[in-house]
Amino acid sequence: MSPSTISVTATVNGTQHTVDVEPRTLLLHMIRESLGLTGTHTGCETGQCGACTVLLDGKAVKSCMVLAAQVEGRTVTTIEGLAESSDNLHPLQNAFWEEHGLQCGYCTPGMVLSTLALLRDNPHPDEAEIRHALEGNICRCTGYHNIVNAVKAASERLSAEDLAEVPSTVEV
Amino acid sequence: MFPAPFTYHRATSVSEALSLLQQHADTGKVLAGGHSLLPIMKLRLAQPEHIIDISGIDELRSISFGADSVTIGALVTHRELATNNELAEAVPLIQQMARVVGDQQVRNLGTIGGALAHADPAADYPAGMLALDVTVLATGPNGDREIPIVEFFQGFLTTALEPDELLTGIRIPTLPAGAGSAYEKLPNPASGYATVGVAAVAVKADDGSIADLRVGITGASDVAWRATVVEEALKGTSPDEAAIKAAAAQATDGVEMLDDKHGPADYRARVTRNLVRRAIARAIA
Repeated sequence: MSPSTISVTATVNGTQHTVDVEPRTLLLHMIRESLGLTGTHTGCETGQCGACTVLLDGKAVKSCMVLAAQVEGRTVTTIEGLAESSDNLHPLQNAFWEEHGLQCGYCTPGMVLSTLALLRDNPHPDEAEIRHALEGNICRCTGYHNIVNAVKAASERLSAEDLAEVPSTVEV
Repeated sequence: MFPAPFTYHRATSVSEALSLLQQHADTGKVLAGGHSLLPIMKLRLAQPEHIIDISGIDELRSISFGADSVTIGALVTHRELATNNELAEAVPLIQQMARVVGDQQVRNLGTIGGALAHADPAADYPAGMLALDVTVLATGPNGDREIPIVEFFQGFLTTALEPDELLTGIRIPTLPAGAGSAYEKLPNPASGYATVGVAAVAVKADDGSIADLRVGITGASDVAWRATVVEEALKGTSPDEAAIKAAAAQATDGVEMLDDKHGPADYRARVTRNLVRRAIARAIA
């Protein structure tokens, strides 16, 4: 079968992009390779680890479990869409930094985006709710305790405005 | 990990999906949330030449509440099932199961229709669907078809759906007043799938005895089943703990248990009997 390409138009971090991809291209690879946004990490590629988590129309999804073709006309937020610059992190990113909610950092972009989705649904989750919401994000370094602490700290600190924030525009 | 190459078709209505399915019944697969199909395509266990994406068909996305039933469209996500308050009131068992399916990301995209059509023997829903005695709604070139759930699951990843049929939803009969239900699950610690999952639905008579009881079991065998022997043993009785335990002990009689790295057959059988006991006790409490 010829690997003919299809055209996909989606809004990623506030900017509309049109890319030509093979039908079998996963959203993960469209983000990393077509758009060059490598903050979305490739992990297990089997839908288990959550390192590739992005927001699709505001909901956390694993981008290795979505075809690029399926995001036609939709809105994607990656980790690059959160902070205005590396000097001015999103309050959620600051919470992970201050609570030491990471060690190697590989799972962190996915953790942060899953947390953002959680706090939008439930701005003040208890520990059980935090752990339930992060079941789809695996971390092999921290033992999760500091991640949970970071989410708690963020939930006390984040304003409605932080949660509702429209993703900033990222130059790619 | 890439799937093998395929041609992508986006269906915008049920009729368009059906005509695409008819053209490609032998070499096509229907894609909804993708959480069952894409993993097996990446492993090349499935290599469809045509993907028919139905995820944009709005008419399959509704939950409707009738006088004696609730109808759930095939594209309703686990997230919606886990969070819809009206549904939680009408059929609490659905919410109990939906909340423990996969994880946040899976629940956001995975659909009830996809999960049922995939018929994974360790999925959660088959147990509850059997206990609720739902009807599977399908449509194909010869029109609509209603499939009783007891005839739907036919084996490992195998259902009664024809290759050119589309699962459009399920219809759940409303339970009478005094009905109770419960889902008991032993999740695999790594995958979260059900090592064993047991759903029970019980209706009590005015005198407190069990007027009706249905028990569905998933995860333990290569296809979900109804524990009819247990049901018959308890119907018409007002069982105490010992009587429930004695009935539950028959839950695995004549059923071939799965026997693999996630648990030997004997272990699965013992877990099954215990979860049957617990689910029935909760459903009649």
